[in-house]
Amino acid sequence: MTAIYKRELRSYFGGMIAYIVIALMLAFVGFVSAIFNFFGGIPFFEYVFAEGYVVMAMIIAISLLTMRSFADEKKERTDQLLYSLPLDMKSIVMGKYLAMLTVYLIPMLIMCLYPLVLSLFGNINFLQTYSSILAQVLLGACLISIGMFLSSLTETQVIAAVMTIGTFLAVYFMPTIAATFFPETAKASFICFIFLIGVVALIVYALTKNLYAAFGTALVLEVVNLVIYLVNKDIYAGAFPDMLDKISLFNRFGEFVNGSFDLTAIIYYLSVIGVFVFLTIQSLEKKRYS
Amino acid sequence: MIKVSNLTKKYGSNLAVDNISFEIEKGKIYGFLGPNGAGKSTTMNIITGCLAQSEGTVMIDGHDVFDEPTAAKKLIGYLPEIPPLYTDMSPKEYLTFVAEAKGIKSSEIGPEVERVMERTAITGVSSRLIRNLSKGYRQRVGIAMALLGDPEIIILDEPTVGLDPRQIIEIRELIKTLGEDHTVILSSHILSEIQEVCEQVIIISHGRVVANDTIENICLMGNQHPVLHIIAKCTPDAALAIVDEYEEVTHYAITECPDGTELELTLMPGSDITDQLFFAFAGAGIAIRYLSNRVSLEEIYLKLTETTFDGGEEDEPVITADESSDIETEEEYTPMFTGAEEKEDEDDSDL
Repeated sequence: MTAIYKRELRSYFGGMIAYIVIALMLAFVGFVSAIFNFFGGIPFFEYVFAEGYVVMAMIIAISLLTMRSFADEKKERTDQLLYSLPLDMKSIVMGKYLAMLTVYLIPMLIMCLYPLVLSLFGNINFLQTYSSILAQVLLGACLISIGMFLSSLTETQVIAAVMTIGTFLAVYFMPTIAATFFPETAKASFICFIFLIGVVALIVYALTKNLYAAFGTALVLEVVNLVIYLVNKDIYAGAFPDMLDKISLFNRFGEFVNGSFDLTAIIYYLSVIGVFVFLTIQSLEKKRYS
Repeated sequence: MIKVSNLTKKYGSNLAVDNISFEIEKGKIYGFLGPNGAGKSTTMNIITGCLAQSEGTVMIDGHDVFDEPTAAKKLIGYLPEIPPLYTDMSPKEYLTFVAEAKGIKSSEIGPEVERVMERTAITGVSSRLIRNLSKGYRQRVGIAMALLGDPEIIILDEPTVGLDPRQIIEIRELIKTLGEDHTVILSSHILSEIQEVCEQVIIISHGRVVANDTIENICLMGNQHPVLHIIAKCTPDAALAIVDEYEEVTHYAITECPDGTELELTLMPGSDITDQLFFAFAGAGIAIRYLSNRVSLEEIYLKLTETTFDGGEEDEPVITADESSDIETEEEYTPMFTGAEEKEDEDDSDL
């Protein structure tokens, strides 16, 4: 794992990517912080992270960081080297993941200095600020794991980047879209869940290539869906938008900015990282079978 | 050393490797031969753990590649068809990375990298970026990578493709010296190379092993029906008049060529009339431009993989007495060989 980790880091810093990612993050956070904290006189550095510009910069930076992680290996045929080395898939994926995380941590560590600078001019709630920075780090770690997984699905960096940006934007706007377009009635939620289960069944089929498994999953879930709807309609009122709100990575971050240390959000972030690292390993193992 | 049993690989409905079994003994150089798409690269990829088989097992020195991949992969140095190089690194950095990943002790990495670079003569370019190296040097960096850690088994998939003649000779010499204390598997389309370097040959056609023997034995298979090639400076009629005298000739094919007449004679088993024919032609005042009774690996290869070109008889081709009648068709597939050699740098599989 250390060999892969060191190679990846050298490759990121040997090229432009690491510097672009660091510069992008620092530039946008610095810019917004200057407007908010210095010119606006607001003593909350964490507000900067919730700002749209900063989120967009982060989405682009992380897409740039993860796009080549596995897509490039396949294109350059170096994946054959990784497969033939006496390494297990887990250490290959973890080595790469930790290298990307390291690049991402550099601007975050530099940002840890900003509240200290701000404290020279006024009172800062350090606990709230640093817990928000921690949440921001975890949010980035989640996005990196998702981007890495998407990169393992394709052979082209550009396609990986486009898919990653698209996914991140969808995740970011999901709660807004849900709140705006989906009525808060039980019936609407019921119908949305029917479609959602269809999507789940498609994913099961894509992963297993087994029609029975896909149909079985769909059938069981649809029955559960129908039973809940018929038995207790009240739960379903507004359930779908609520669910989207709960699983939105970016919304969870808002809790920290508002001053509450949300332990479930931290566990949620760690689970998302675990799931996507696992999916990346599976996606690479599957390549050996096709 | 390597035991492949009942190995099968399917890509969807396409059967790339069809239930093959063979064993590879320690300390020999094996040649892996077969037409494009025969399943050579697929088999090598499975042996090295890059690809999972559909059925069957591969044991490397008692370790199953599938169940104990790390232990098995430690014993193998593998150079795939396209050298898997990180082009943004220099050979030295790249080899250091691979050495680390292979689990070589950090104190030994430096000397080990120096050793393989010297062995493949890339010390002079060790600090240039791989991106800027020529194909020959890249190939050598790939070979150096396979040698790292001195693995017992070295598998090279077409290592001399794209090299200039001098480099080819150097790499061949290198492979020969490696064969002294390693088990080497070498795949190639260049039959003369296999004939020169390897002791044992495995020929694969249509995903099956059609021959697995020493080069001498494989060539003997052809000698059951000795074949004589003659080019004589005369008309076909004159040549035929001489050849007709000999009962040993069971079959012949005659064509006119720029030098005169080209004859291909199939003789009765165990007979040799090379000298007699030479003197017969000389006695008739006809100059012989070429005379050979050597059966080359080329011809055996073409016979064994013949069905592939025709597009698929299912039975394993075995050279039997009946096949002497096929001799006349040999002219049809001989040119195909030259075609095959020219196409040697074409991929036979993009795995």
